[in-house]
Amino acid sequence: MSLRIVVTVKYVPDATGDRHFADDLTVDRDDVDGLLSELDEYAVEQALQIAEDADDAEVTVLTVGPEDAKDALRKALSMGADKAIHVEDDDLHGTDAIGTSLVLAKAIEKAGYDLVISGMASTDGTMGVVPALVAERLGVPQVTLLSEVSVEDGTVKGRRDGDAASEQLEAQLPAIVSVTDQSGEARYPSFKGIMAAKKKPVESWDLSDLDIEAEEVGLDGAFTKVEAANERPARTAGTIVKDEGEGGKQLAEFLAGQKFI
Amino acid sequence: MAEVLVYVDHVDGAVRKPTLELLTLARRIGEPVAVALGNGAADTAATLAEHGAVKVLTHDASEYAEYLVVPKVDALQAAHEAVSPAAVLVPSSAEGKEIAARLALRIGSGIITDAVDLEAGDEGPVATQSVFAASFTTKSRVVKGTPVITVKPNSAAVEAAPAAGAVEALSVTFSDKATGTKVTARTPRESTGRPELTEAAIVVSGGRGVNGAENFSIIEALADSLGAAVGASRAAVDAGWYPHTNQVGQTGKSVSPQLYIANGISGAIQHRAGMQTSKTIVAVNKDAEAPIFELVDYGVVGDLFDVVPQLTEEIKARKG
Ligand SMILES: Cc1cc2nc3c(=O)[nH]c(=O)nc-3n(C[C@H](O)[C@H](O)[C@H](O)COP(=O)(O)OP(=O)(O)OC[C@H]3O[C@@H](n4cnc5c(N)ncnc54)[C@H](O)[C@@H]3O)c2cc1C
Ligand SMILES: Nc1ncnc2c1ncn2[C@@H]1O[C@H](COP(=O)(O)O)[C@@H](O)[C@H]1O
Repeated sequence: MSLRIVVTVKYVPDATGDRHFADDLTVDRDDVDGLLSELDEYAVEQALQIAEDADDAEVTVLTVGPEDAKDALRKALSMGADKAIHVEDDDLHGTDAIGTSLVLAKAIEKAGYDLVISGMASTDGTMGVVPALVAERLGVPQVTLLSEVSVEDGTVKGRRDGDAASEQLEAQLPAIVSVTDQSGEARYPSFKGIMAAKKKPVESWDLSDLDIEAEEVGLDGAFTKVEAANERPARTAGTIVKDEGEGGKQLAEFLAGQKFI
Repeated sequence: MAEVLVYVDHVDGAVRKPTLELLTLARRIGEPVAVALGNGAADTAATLAEHGAVKVLTHDASEYAEYLVVPKVDALQAAHEAVSPAAVLVPSSAEGKEIAARLALRIGSGIITDAVDLEAGDEGPVATQSVFAASFTTKSRVVKGTPVITVKPNSAAVEAAPAAGAVEALSVTFSDKATGTKVTARTPRESTGRPELTEAAIVVSGGRGVNGAENFSIIEALADSLGAAVGASRAAVDAGWYPHTNQVGQTGKSVSPQLYIANGISGAIQHRAGMQTSKTIVAVNKDAEAPIFELVDYGVVGDLFDVVPQLTEEIKARKG
């Protein structure tokens, strides 16, 4: 039986760009170029490796996001995923983590799955909670923040390097996994992969396809509200000295002046 | 006065510092009721009472160590039902965020993660967050249900505020999902004897400029002269020079110490994301154009192999 893997990927504003808030205090997606979140490339990579090791597997990439989010799907398809699902709806604008997890869970169920693989966090929201929320909604085990993952005989295993300890985890499929940037470099799309991706199927679903009411998502449905967003005042220019043999001592003098020594 | 649930992060009964900071913040909103789970849960009570906990709800069961996250969510939900708090505060560790998120979903609430400050507001607690690699500061509120908020380490001062801290046994029934993810082995991280990276008052970091695992001894010597924690850039970690647990930045630890000293680190946006909120920033870098110098209070353009040992010697001499 085929192993059905769904990878959740997010389309995010480039972190190296000058990111801003829009007037409604949602992330401004017009000013800065978007791309497939680098941390989700690791999820795509692990999905492809697991699929390569399985006899028969299919990798579907799933995103919830605006029109341009198709770029993220294309990139994942050119890396080697088989097909893609794009959930897009004007009513989704401003959806928070709780709402996103609802949409993802419904879409994952509709797509059919044995294994869901997510990134450790999105590079814009950086909450790192969506995989746990999706697990809660789907009622399947969460095997999250893995720096190593493998699937064999319907069991997923992995290593989670936590603050206090490194843990070996194990769960039965179906399950949801998230992987860190320690899980292994993501592959670059090959020229062949980029050409092949153009022909791969991308399905578009809206909220009605998922039986979700507009009030459940979007800014109005959000469980949290951003009331103010202020650019951090630029740090006042510091003192910069060139080391001419006394740099360490000068630095010590500064630290002493600040009462650190 | 309304009660505020505080989830206790502890190791075998030893309460970690971020939890004590949470008690300081919780007292701005109401009366802190602590929830301590697992081995040594009851041993946390004295410390928690000293810092303002009016009550300490405890429960121990082997499930907390044997299965991932869900047993703790079940327990926190039981505490939420027992107390009907005005808010639930959880330390912002990777696990803390997952526990908080699942709890929020179950109780029909919103969640805010990685708050760096918290105040009481007319319509409930207002959380300050630092976003987009700390280039923006936002104020947010949970607008549905009981606010569930995770708070980053070093967001508030630890304050003594003696309270009753009465220990009460929490009654917990585990859900059938609690045993879904089994922890089959656990290797505790070896202690280096240095302060915890996220909790340290001073962090001394090394990057690609350190140029080799063996040279990290220079960084460690400086750290030890200041009683500091050691951090590393991802470039240094990827090169295998220093463990990933010490990585500072977007995909490592986020630190907010009184003093951050970056050595041989260029200051890429992903690194800045994890250290930009530090109070005082100092850098040593041989490239005067390195972006890290845009952040510093004091910078030395020079070779770290000259500057850092001289600094360490000078600190030792001054400390006598
Ligand atoms: C999704 C994603 C997540 C990331 N997460 C993180 C993260 O969590 N943390 C992180 O740090 N990075 C992260 N990065 C990587 C980040 O983009 C940079 O590549 C990294 O921070 C660079 O590390 P560095 O400053 O040590 O190295 P470099 O950028 O190579 O800088 C080395 C610096 O050392 C200086 N130098 C060299 N020799 C000496 C000497 N002898 N004396 C003094 N100075 C010297 C050089 O002038 C240079 O400025 C991430 C990247 C991505 C894409
Ligand atoms: N809009 C989205 N579409 C698809 N996947 C998402 C979306 N938002 C978050 N995710 C997934 O959830 C992970 C964690 O995101 P977050 O909790 O927002 O930091 C990401 O790495 C993605 O795999």
